Amino acid sequence: MQRQFDWGRFLLIAIPFLWLLIFFLLPFAIVVKISLSDTANALPPYVPTLNLSEGWSGITSFISQLDLESFAWLLDDKIYFLSYLNSLKIAFISTLLTLLIGYPMAYGLAKAPQRWRTVLLMLVILPFWTSFLIRVYAWIGILKPEGLLNMGLMSLGLIDQPLAIINTPTAVYIGIVYSYLPFLVLPLYATLEKLDQTLIEAALDLGCSPIQAFWKVTFPLSLPGVVAGCFLVFIPAMGEFVIPDLLGGSDTIMIGKTLWSEFFGNRDWPVASAVAVVLLLSLVVPIVIFQRMQERQREAEA
Amino acid sequence: MNVSRFSWFNLTSLIIAFSFLYLPILLLILFSFNASKLVTVWGGFSTKWYVSLFQNEMFMTAAWVTLKVAVVSATLATILGTMAAIVLTRVGRFRGRLLFSGMVYSPLVMPEVITGLALLLLFVAIGLDRGYWTITLAHTTLTMCFVTVVVSSRLVSFDKSLEEAALDLGCTKLSAFFQVTLPIILPAIIAGWLLAFTLSLDDLVIASFTSGPGSTTLPMKIYSQVRLGLNPEINALSTLLILLVSVGVIVASLVSKRAEEQQV
Repeated sequence: MQRQFDWGRFLLIAIPFLWLLIFFLLPFAIVVKISLSDTANALPPYVPTLNLSEGWSGITSFISQLDLESFAWLLDDKIYFLSYLNSLKIAFISTLLTLLIGYPMAYGLAKAPQRWRTVLLMLVILPFWTSFLIRVYAWIGILKPEGLLNMGLMSLGLIDQPLAIINTPTAVYIGIVYSYLPFLVLPLYATLEKLDQTLIEAALDLGCSPIQAFWKVTFPLSLPGVVAGCFLVFIPAMGEFVIPDLLGGSDTIMIGKTLWSEFFGNRDWPVASAVAVVLLLSLVVPIVIFQRMQERQREAEA
Repeated sequence: MNVSRFSWFNLTSLIIAFSFLYLPILLLILFSFNASKLVTVWGGFSTKWYVSLFQNEMFMTAAWVTLKVAVVSATLATILGTMAAIVLTRVGRFRGRLLFSGMVYSPLVMPEVITGLALLLLFVAIGLDRGYWTITLAHTTLTMCFVTVVVSSRLVSFDKSLEEAALDLGCTKLSAFFQVTLPIILPAIIAGWLLAFTLSLDDLVIASFTSGPGSTTLPMKIYSQVRLGLNPEINALSTLLILLVSVGVIVASLVSKRAEEQQV
């Protein structure tokens, strides 16, 4: 029997596939192309633009005009290297801090009485649904010199002078930990909840103290959740713009902020694109690892 | 785990973590009812910021643009995302599958500044005028991936033999989908739509890159106000948004819980 071409199957795959090719993959090709172009006083503010009406010669002259000038610029000016390093540092430290707060929270959730668990889980997810911008904004009122935290500490007599927190990296750490906590807690909770309780009982029976049992059994088994959660915090934190912009002040430079000001402030599209390419390249490895894990987990569930 | 009450350690860590999560939001709400213009000094109870908020035409126009973008993009994203979820869980192997799943999962973690810049450059390259539609297209692309994650987790967890039975009993693939699969995954599809809707409502970075003159969204408006300093109207607006979303999420979860109980 000859197999008929399955149009339904074809369309089912083709429509979302094409959409993602056009609106996700193609844009990145354009970013790479513009990062190789020159800045120009024109609209759009870069040359060369591809002119297909000139045929093959148009294409070759287009290619010959591309160069690495924008990337050389990134190496020349220290601000780009510094903002890249600073992003790496801030993303790394805030991921660790999120883990430090998130692990006991996920553990507490997984051990909570069954009838409480749904409500508590809901309370973890709820802030994730409320506006990111609003939640960052809420911290400005708390952290600024005449803000609620300083007023509270001063009225308690704990400090004489307001602490300078806003417009420092500390405020950025607080903002990132606060905003990304649910991203770490949820996958970690899922792993901890599925954990086979009898293994821990066995460890206890065999003479482990509860703390030993935690470090020798629970923690190693929860590592997949820890890793997934840390990726979900680290990758977006690396390119974060809103938090360093609103809480970090002008002294906290991060690569997302540099890209933003290069684009909106200096209107230098080729350099902004080059910054995006560098950021993207540095995130390719963690993103690929994260995808592999997602795919593997999906297959394990199926 | 058969634990009937909280241990001391777990209860403490939960209380600390939840206070950290909720205190800032509660303070924000409290100070939206502050009579004083100084956002951090309490000057008595007042609802005047709500009144002045509704009289502020800039906010109302921006709210309307945001709502339109969110409804249209969430609907498109739900259709595309559900298709992608079926492709990932039901279709099996095809050429380009790895690329496909890569493209579905990457936007989830991609920094927004990159996605925003990339989409803007695309719209400029193909000569599409920036405005309402470009924001909608951008949001559809981002949020469809979240819909895919939500719907595919439901698709892998339910009994495939129900679909097979429908096919054996003479259903075409299409009618098997609409009569068997769709009703079962409907709660996940609704949850996916709501997630896409709130993500679109919330987005500042991608909207800033892809919007044009005359299509300022609410987060863009809030952001430009916040950069000028604290503003009690923003507190009032935030309170309303938080309330709206909280009620929406709680109702949605109650509905889906009841739907699940009825299925069992």
